Amino acid sequence: MGPSLTFKTGVRDVLPTVFGYIGVGLAFGIVAHTSHLSLLVVGGMSFIVYAGSAQFIITSMLLLHDPLSAIFISTFLVNSRMILMSTSLAQYFRHESLLKNLLIGTLVTDETFALAMNKQNRTQGKLSFAWQSAANLVAYLVWGLATIVGAILGGMIANPTQFGFDFALTAMFIGLVYLQLISDRHLGLSLQLTVMVFVALVYYFAIGLMSQNFALLVATVAGCLFGMEMKKCR
Amino acid sequence: MSMTLTELWVILGCGVITVASRVLPFAFVKQVKMPAWLINFLTFVPITIMTALCCQSLFVANPGHFATLNVANCLAAIPATLAGILTKSLLMVVVVGIMAMAVLRYFAIGG
Repeated sequence: MGPSLTFKTGVRDVLPTVFGYIGVGLAFGIVAHTSHLSLLVVGGMSFIVYAGSAQFIITSMLLLHDPLSAIFISTFLVNSRMILMSTSLAQYFRHESLLKNLLIGTLVTDETFALAMNKQNRTQGKLSFAWQSAANLVAYLVWGLATIVGAILGGMIANPTQFGFDFALTAMFIGLVYLQLISDRHLGLSLQLTVMVFVALVYYFAIGLMSQNFALLVATVAGCLFGMEMKKCR
Repeated sequence: MSMTLTELWVILGCGVITVASRVLPFAFVKQVKMPAWLINFLTFVPITIMTALCCQSLFVANPGHFATLNVANCLAAIPATLAGILTKSLLMVVVVGIMAMAVLRYFAIGG
């Protein structure tokens, strides 16, 4: 990943994360197929809702005939981490027009956010509309197509996890967190490592008491507050 | 190819919810000057959220009890992390991770 911020560089930088989208997208398509969702519903979810983990939860709730209100609340909770990510990412685009900000916001995801944070470590804290849009658009299209292909393949593959593709997403986050750790010179290695251990501990204890998605939010917010205190002490 | 009315409402309603959580912060940050403490807070969001997302696949929740490790994911994470340290390439981490998981599954290690 170099310092260039053109559309073309964006497409190239996002390619490694595409494996994660394909792996999870196929998995979602297969799950949706076995949950009797039509291709139209799968496509509608991927292109309109566009929220990886929330889509799995919506599918299972539809299958259980849960009320609309419960589905909406779950979707909001699962996706509320996006509020933190968008607020964080938006600071890099304050110089762009409101319309461009809204366009970037519409398609931002966990992965393109993480990628952008890695990228700005190499560009002295700069990001561009062209670069971010390229990453967002590639991710959006690959996700949508992968879920539809997954839904079509659904009946044909007996056991898709045997090829290890479901691990692509985890591997991608491991890679992104490692690159973040070694390249964020602003916070430094020791502070970041301490914060990571703290987040892991909070998450570990929190998942015994609350849902995984809520634990994720609690660990994230606690980690940020802990980091702020640690930084003050240095 | 069909869609029930409930499915249509779920797609439209959840679509509005997810877009709002993504877009409103951008509109907010663009219009309002953020206080220093909030900017300081947000500098920790990338590392904390990515760590928490990793933990989500490395730990298994057992409601009411202590969490346990997802052994297969933890084992596959080792070569994936080593690939990251050696190559500093996201692509290599993903490729090595998938291969490691395929090998683990082939020998039925880690469940």
